[in-house]
Amino acid sequence: MPEIKVTPLGAGQDVGRSCILVSIGGKNIMLDCGMHMGYNDDRRFPDFSYITQNGRLTDFLDCVIISHFHLDHCGALPYMSEMVGYDGPIYMTHPTKAICPILLEDFRKITVDKKGETNFFTSQMIKDCMKKVVPLNLHQTVQVDDELELKAYYAGHVLGAAMVLIKVGSESVVYTGDYNMTPDRHLGAAWIDKCRPDILISESTYATTIRDSKRCRERDFLKKVHESIERGGKVLIPVFALGRAQELCILLETFWERMNLKAPIYFSTGLTEKANHYYKLFITWTNQKIRKTFVQRNMFEFKHIKAFDRSYADNPGPMVVFATPGMLHAGQSLQIFKKWAGNEKNMVIMPGYCVQGTIGHKILNGQRKLEMEGRSTLDVKLQVEYMSFSAHADAKGIMQLIRMAEPRNMLLVHGEALKMEFLKGKIEQEFNIDCYMPANGETITVSTNPSVPVDISLNLLKREMALGGPLPDPKKPRTMHGTLIMKENSMKLVSSEQALKELGLNEHQLRFTCRVQLQDPHSDLDTLHRIYTHLKSLLKGYTIQHVPDGTVMVESIVIKVSSSAEDPNNKVLLLSWSYQDEDLGSFLSSLLKKGLPSGLC
Amino acid sequence: KKLILVFLYCLSGHPTLPCNVLKFKSTTIMLDCALDTTSVLNYLPLPLVHSPRLSKLPGWISKDGTINLEKELKECAGRLFVDSQPEFCLPEKELLDLSTIDVILISNYHCMMALPYITEHTGFTGTVYATEPTLQIGRLLMEELVKFMERVPKAQSATCWKNKEIQRMLPGPLKDAVEVWTWKRCYSMQEVNSALSKVQLVGYSQKVELFGAVQISPLSSGYSLGSSNWIIQSHHEKVSYVSGSSLLTTHPQPMDQSSLKNSDVLILTGLTQMPTANPDGMLGEFCSNLAMTIRAGGNVLVPCYSSGVIYDLLECLYQFIDSANLGTTPFYFISPVANSSLEFSQIFAEWLCHNKQTKVYLPEPPFPHAELIQTNKLKHYPSIHGDFSSDFKQPCVVFTGHPSLRFGDVVHFMELWGKSNLNTIIFTEPDFSYLDALAPYQPLAMKCVYCPIDTRLNFHQVSKLLKEVQPLHVVCPDQYTQPPPSQSHRSDLMLELQPPPMPYRRCSVLNLPFRRCYERVYILPELANSLVPSELKPGVSVANVSAILHSKDNKHTLQVTPAPPSKKRKRVVEEPPVGGAPKPLLSGAVPLEPFLATLQKHGITEVKVEETTDGHILHLQAEDTLIQLEEDGTHIVCDNNEPLRTTIRDLVLRFLQKL
Repeated sequence: MPEIKVTPLGAGQDVGRSCILVSIGGKNIMLDCGMHMGYNDDRRFPDFSYITQNGRLTDFLDCVIISHFHLDHCGALPYMSEMVGYDGPIYMTHPTKAICPILLEDFRKITVDKKGETNFFTSQMIKDCMKKVVPLNLHQTVQVDDELELKAYYAGHVLGAAMVLIKVGSESVVYTGDYNMTPDRHLGAAWIDKCRPDILISESTYATTIRDSKRCRERDFLKKVHESIERGGKVLIPVFALGRAQELCILLETFWERMNLKAPIYFSTGLTEKANHYYKLFITWTNQKIRKTFVQRNMFEFKHIKAFDRSYADNPGPMVVFATPGMLHAGQSLQIFKKWAGNEKNMVIMPGYCVQGTIGHKILNGQRKLEMEGRSTLDVKLQVEYMSFSAHADAKGIMQLIRMAEPRNMLLVHGEALKMEFLKGKIEQEFNIDCYMPANGETITVSTNPSVPVDISLNLLKREMALGGPLPDPKKPRTMHGTLIMKENSMKLVSSEQALKELGLNEHQLRFTCRVQLQDPHSDLDTLHRIYTHLKSLLKGYTIQHVPDGTVMVESIVIKVSSSAEDPNNKVLLLSWSYQDEDLGSFLSSLLKKGLPSGLC
Repeated sequence: KKLILVFLYCLSGHPTLPCNVLKFKSTTIMLDCALDTTSVLNYLPLPLVHSPRLSKLPGWISKDGTINLEKELKECAGRLFVDSQPEFCLPEKELLDLSTIDVILISNYHCMMALPYITEHTGFTGTVYATEPTLQIGRLLMEELVKFMERVPKAQSATCWKNKEIQRMLPGPLKDAVEVWTWKRCYSMQEVNSALSKVQLVGYSQKVELFGAVQISPLSSGYSLGSSNWIIQSHHEKVSYVSGSSLLTTHPQPMDQSSLKNSDVLILTGLTQMPTANPDGMLGEFCSNLAMTIRAGGNVLVPCYSSGVIYDLLECLYQFIDSANLGTTPFYFISPVANSSLEFSQIFAEWLCHNKQTKVYLPEPPFPHAELIQTNKLKHYPSIHGDFSSDFKQPCVVFTGHPSLRFGDVVHFMELWGKSNLNTIIFTEPDFSYLDALAPYQPLAMKCVYCPIDTRLNFHQVSKLLKEVQPLHVVCPDQYTQPPPSQSHRSDLMLELQPPPMPYRRCSVLNLPFRRCYERVYILPELANSLVPSELKPGVSVANVSAILHSKDNKHTLQVTPAPPSKKRKRVVEEPPVGGAPKPLLSGAVPLEPFLATLQKHGITEVKVEETTDGHILHLQAEDTLIQLEEDGTHIVCDNNEPLRTTIRDLVLRFLQKL
């Protein structure tokens, strides 16, 4: 029986380093190729030696699919393709293709230039890697080869985020990447059709969370920022350059305008301008409202938000600063944090998930003393707030997606084991399907039971339909008989006669003849007629004929009567039938052996 | 082979403004619904500002004075024009019931302008499929059309001239205008919005299932932003609809040719209207004429649609302006949708050619007109009123619509600049004859240059394409099966194919030739697992199938027959056999020696073999039974010994193939 295998190399009962291998219909696909923010050693990247111990991956993978531009989904891509070695196609959407290399370059700079690591991928490798990218359009059916087919759906997590349907024959898998089921200020909601995949591989970052309404969270956020500004504090919002940042900018921009606030809002790094430009050019990937009004007013042209310079951090007075990266693990956001951490008037708002090992994760867990590099410690006095603005589906959203896609099996990745366990129970209970949550390196095997598509001869189909009454009648099942011819890749279902003809075979007639002795004191003709009457009364629904030449025909079975010269009452019945009427012929011969009932005329 | 019925109803006879309806597998599919706007050439222009010249034109009275249509018909330079709001020639509405249409497939934004006439007020309840650029730009073009009309309201609708008796008396070309009673005024914005709300967006190569019977899929056609050809197919039939395609490298994504392969029928419309004009040459001429006029101190008027070739013209000028020393010349683009069109062009990266696509990765806008706007070289205005009148500087270049010169801001510039021979009008759109377009402005002093740019396939390209994709049959407008009337000796300006193409005209109903023998059916897993294939020869196996056929939503599935309710053993003899799978057909032959050996193994040893002309007769002496073995038949004669008969039967069957 055909089966699908799924093995996470990363994101198995964990968040970060997303990389999932899928084997389906003889094809091997890698879903995402991310890095782990919480590690600086080998564990940073997925363990590709799982695929092969020696050398390049090209021979082992049919394609690689990147769901979106976040580094925990694409950060290991140049390492995989250029350093381990992969020359096959890498699929991603246009916005991902545009933004991914910029974030990779950023990541590379921080790692190599700032931390001084060697043996890391180079700028050239990023470029070479991107040359292998084939862009995916939403809903377009992309044929990787004759059998492997991909289709991308809108995921709403960040600009260009996609879910992907992977199909080989009638077997299929959907990988959600990260997704969001509620539209926000700049993106729409994820959507998928009822594609009924064999496995739905879903992220489960917020597996146990049912988030309150977005409006409340927004109001809360604005209130906290406002209060802090009012008392002259500085607000740091660590973000990734693209994604949440734009949504929060839109939020603050409209708030500043409405409240006529004067405190400056800054956005760190030169990426801002560029990032907003991407949003303008890929406006078709944003939500309905922004798309509709972009000609009159482009939401990504901000009036109140200005570029940040590192010297501004020491300026007196209140300010709001968006700085990268989002988990306070390096770069400008960490520098500003160090500067502002000592003042309780200040505030840091973490608008998204922080993986284990990052400073973001530590302060969110209430740690107030941080060990920094060089054995120094940092006292955290500023207010730490957490507002979940990262656009992941919550438990409700995940259930909603399952309802949309109607998968036969569910597989959870990109979440914490305990939370997954809870959601797994809920899914199995509500949908009565199996739900898996493999750890990294663990393989899940799901047997599929695909229907077999064959070509039925129109003659045969029409004949069946004619028997069953007018054309498609869904309620009336009809039994049909035919011969399936299997040749190379083709399967044809035809009538047996046509099968003989098509295969150039002769028909072999198998016939049976059987003589039955019978005592019947009548003339031969009368006996024959008595047989006719007898059979007629007994066999309903059969064609029975009394042919003038002295035979009775039951379907194609021939019955003749003769009598012996010695005893005219001793009749000999001759039954003859073909193999096709074997059941009936056999039945008739035993029936007639018992003689004819009296009282027949 | 069965002939199945596939019909094509042709609702438009215009080769580049098609509207056809395909009835295919009980699905009714409209292919494009273009609006024939050439009818407006029979009307007087709608001036934005009162035009003394137009208002003074004499009315028409028949020579004998019996017919007085002074109010409806005006004479200008020896030609008659209808003085009324211009009307359009609609697709045929009487050939079939439009409310039965299930879906409408749009191939490009020029081919959807009749949509509100079809989807509104006809009982249409179906879905329209189009790509996002097609929808957005189509909306802009419709909005522009509506605004052009609404800005110059005309109370009267001229109808008297349409009377058959009267029309007969009129001079040409009014006399020869056809279908005049079907001509209609422009729709309203409300109707446009309602029509477009029925559009379902699709992406290139997206597969959309219709009622389980048919799959449709748009393919890039290379002609305009989001333009598509369509594949309409079931598992065994394929119709390709090719409409407005281009192989030239302009801004759109290149044409997808390979997906058109293996079509049973290819419907071909929208070839170039200028088969002898090379678009590149025309572009060159456009630039040089423009520069010449400006240098001489004149103005240039370019009547154009608000989307499409204008992007290429602006790109060409972007490269040309500095080298031609036109850096200070103002370029104006005037249309109610000018701004939207320029903005929209920049956000459809996915639908653009590779070069433009890569620009957004930088990130830079894909079209250089963004820079022209930024540097103030190109300015756009919704109309000549308002800001434009204060900014307006001459000499200048004005791009504006409508290319028919009958309505829109272009009418104003014709009146303004027509009298001076310093000025030039350059025609780039191929949809209207420029002589007819200019007719109501005669006499005219301004220079006229005709540089029609039509990037659609020419006959040479299309015959190469057809050779490549090899459809079994081609259906095309009648006009493509003969050379153009003006160039009747040019046999290279027509389609010559084997078998010859099936031509259509307005109101034709074609029965498309489909021969098919198979339909797709799905064998459900349980049944598939129960099948017992036997190999006939290497690579060929057969299996008998007895199954329940389910047909739902045009999908057929086969599943196992439910086991009959168990019967009591006793009744078996009493009851005749019912139902059950019929016995398979047999094939092959029973070889004598192995068969004898098999009999022996089963304890039948006393066999007398007698040779006959066709085979052998085996006499089983102990059992008084005969087996007649022949090449194509076996006959078992056995009385009163049912167990023996069935044993022999089963032994014989061992040697035969069952089908």
